[in-house]
Amino acid sequence: MRLFSENLTCVRGGREIFSGLSLDVQGGECLLLLGPNGAGKTSLLRMLAGYLKPASGTIRLEDGGEETGEDITVGEACHFVGHLNGVKSQFTVRENLAFWACFLSGEKNGESDAAVIEKALGAFALSSLCDIPAGYLSAGQKRRLCLARLLVAARPLWLLDEPTVSLDKKSQVLLANAVNAHVAGGGMAVAATHLELGIENAQTLELGGRGGRQ
Amino acid sequence: MSGFKSLVARDIRLALREGGAIGTALGFYLIVIAILPLGLGPDLNLLARIAPGVLWVALLLSALLSLDRIFLNDFEDGSLEVMIIGPLPLELIVAAKSIAHWITTGVPLALIAPVLGLLLNLDINAFGVLVLTMLVGTLGVSFIGAIGAALTLGLGRGGLLLSLIILPLYVPILIFGVGSVMAVIVGPSSFTASFMILCAISLAAIVLAPWAAGAALRMKFQ
Amino acid sequence: MLRFANPTWFMNFSARLLPWLVGLTALLFAIGLYMSFFTAPPDYQQGETVRIMFIHVPSAWLAMMCYGLIAVSSIGLLVWRHPLADVSAKAAAPIGAVFTFTALVTGSLWGKPMWGTYWVWDARLTSVLILFFLYLGLIALRNAIDDEVQAGKLSAILALVGTVILPIIKFSVNWWNTLHQPASVMRMGGSTLHSSILYPLLVMAVAFTVLFFALHMKAMRNEILRRRVAALRITQVDEAMTPQAAE
Repeated sequence: MRLFSENLTCVRGGREIFSGLSLDVQGGECLLLLGPNGAGKTSLLRMLAGYLKPASGTIRLEDGGEETGEDITVGEACHFVGHLNGVKSQFTVRENLAFWACFLSGEKNGESDAAVIEKALGAFALSSLCDIPAGYLSAGQKRRLCLARLLVAARPLWLLDEPTVSLDKKSQVLLANAVNAHVAGGGMAVAATHLELGIENAQTLELGGRGGRQ
Repeated sequence: MSGFKSLVARDIRLALREGGAIGTALGFYLIVIAILPLGLGPDLNLLARIAPGVLWVALLLSALLSLDRIFLNDFEDGSLEVMIIGPLPLELIVAAKSIAHWITTGVPLALIAPVLGLLLNLDINAFGVLVLTMLVGTLGVSFIGAIGAALTLGLGRGGLLLSLIILPLYVPILIFGVGSVMAVIVGPSSFTASFMILCAISLAAIVLAPWAAGAALRMKFQ
Repeated sequence: MLRFANPTWFMNFSARLLPWLVGLTALLFAIGLYMSFFTAPPDYQQGETVRIMFIHVPSAWLAMMCYGLIAVSSIGLLVWRHPLADVSAKAAAPIGAVFTFTALVTGSLWGKPMWGTYWVWDARLTSVLILFFLYLGLIALRNAIDDEVQAGKLSAILALVGTVILPIIKFSVNWWNTLHQPASVMRMGGSTLHSSILYPLLVMAVAFTVLFFALHMKAMRNEILRRRVAALRITQVDEAMTPQAAE
């Protein structure tokens, strides 16, 4: 697996956010996006996920030489964690995950689903909260529930936009462990973050702010 | 297909847990019908004559009020963002959510209509037809409404704008819905003709609306 | 076709064409109005009020043609991503709404002597009224969305949905109208128009159409200029910010 993009240009509201951006992530690699506010970290992630169309350039996901996915979107091969959690406050923690497990995998597997959900709950220390409606959770707990979605359906590529928002030190370690395990298993991750995540053998990509564009 | 079913089931469960969601639409329907004789006078003959039209117009208004529920909550909490890059095609997501809206709004409204018909002295022979046409018509109402809900998603004054955009598009449903009930009560036109056209309109809405609403949603996330 | 896509080319082209269009409009209206007032005879039943027709019929015709233009522009935007298509659709909507409104008002004024009341739920009037609502919805939706690009595309979707539903609305209103046949509707259709009325009507229809294209072209020019100003402002803000960021 390889995520490969060339010469990306992003234009938002008449402004050029970045241009000529290229990146290349192999299976088993993690790419950290750095840069000041407004540098286009979120735009780049949304572009990789297929929400935004690049003004120019290509994004491709290659599967061992054989191409999968369209030229412009990586869509179904990725998990996207944005600023919003996608957590339903009327549902319990487990129900939230159960829906995503079924919806994202596109099939109902009954018992194997239940096992996957338990594992995801455990990985983000949510097991004790699993029958509580998500509306009662604190902001950090909701964020963990959001991140647990990463583990209920297998996706080769994780796109994480500020995943550590409202996470405490201990939860950040849980996240780092999950990302490390994913990458160690041959997966890819692209994350935009201001904090040191403690992710092993991560490459970094520095996006320039407005100041750097003279 | 399991993703489709799980999405319908989820939306229905959410509507039930929200409590107010279904009840508010029913309550609104009731109060509009109840307030009408206070404005028109209690003449039962007059009420019986206008009952089908009034029941249909009030039903459209009640359904309209809950249309923004189709996408708004999921848009605001980020669920929709995750869904649209998921394995289920966006058109099917729209269809699933419209069906859930129909089950949680259209069906209850259609089922309560005969009770309100009693208040308006509606001809007892028309009760069955009224429910039947409303069940079919509200399917179109939910699907066409999904277009408006997608177009006005996240626009603040969504509710008023949504009504302005969508109500003109409901004209055919209203005309043939009322027409088929009237055909049973007073004639002279045939019930089958207008009911078949109503079915055709709803079917066309089911087929075409997901494309339009899906295209609008895609643009919302750009 | 690609040549037309270029806004700069359009600005040059329209700057040269517009004075001719305006002149032609004035000339046609001079002839058309003279004919409507002086050569067309008063109707033997309706008297002088029949002259309302010379405003009403062209307005109604333009109300429909303008929606057609918006629909075509919308396809141009969504399918071919034509940069002028959005400008065209945006410029056409308010003009179309005004012609629709004119058709409604003149129809209602004409209705008073013809039907004895200002408003009759006649199939044509009702359809035009709903068309007017569609125009209002289009304009309101565009105004509600801040992002220019998104506003254009979403309005285009709504315009196309309207185009699909419009014939169904027209059909259902006709059906509804025959069901609730109003007591005394005088029908214009049956008899053929005498040439003394037909010619002024045709001249007026052409005059209105040319007027529409002149207005539309002017509105498109305004919109392009407005967008250029907006783009300049963005650059201005960027330039003001750049030295600060460098410090």
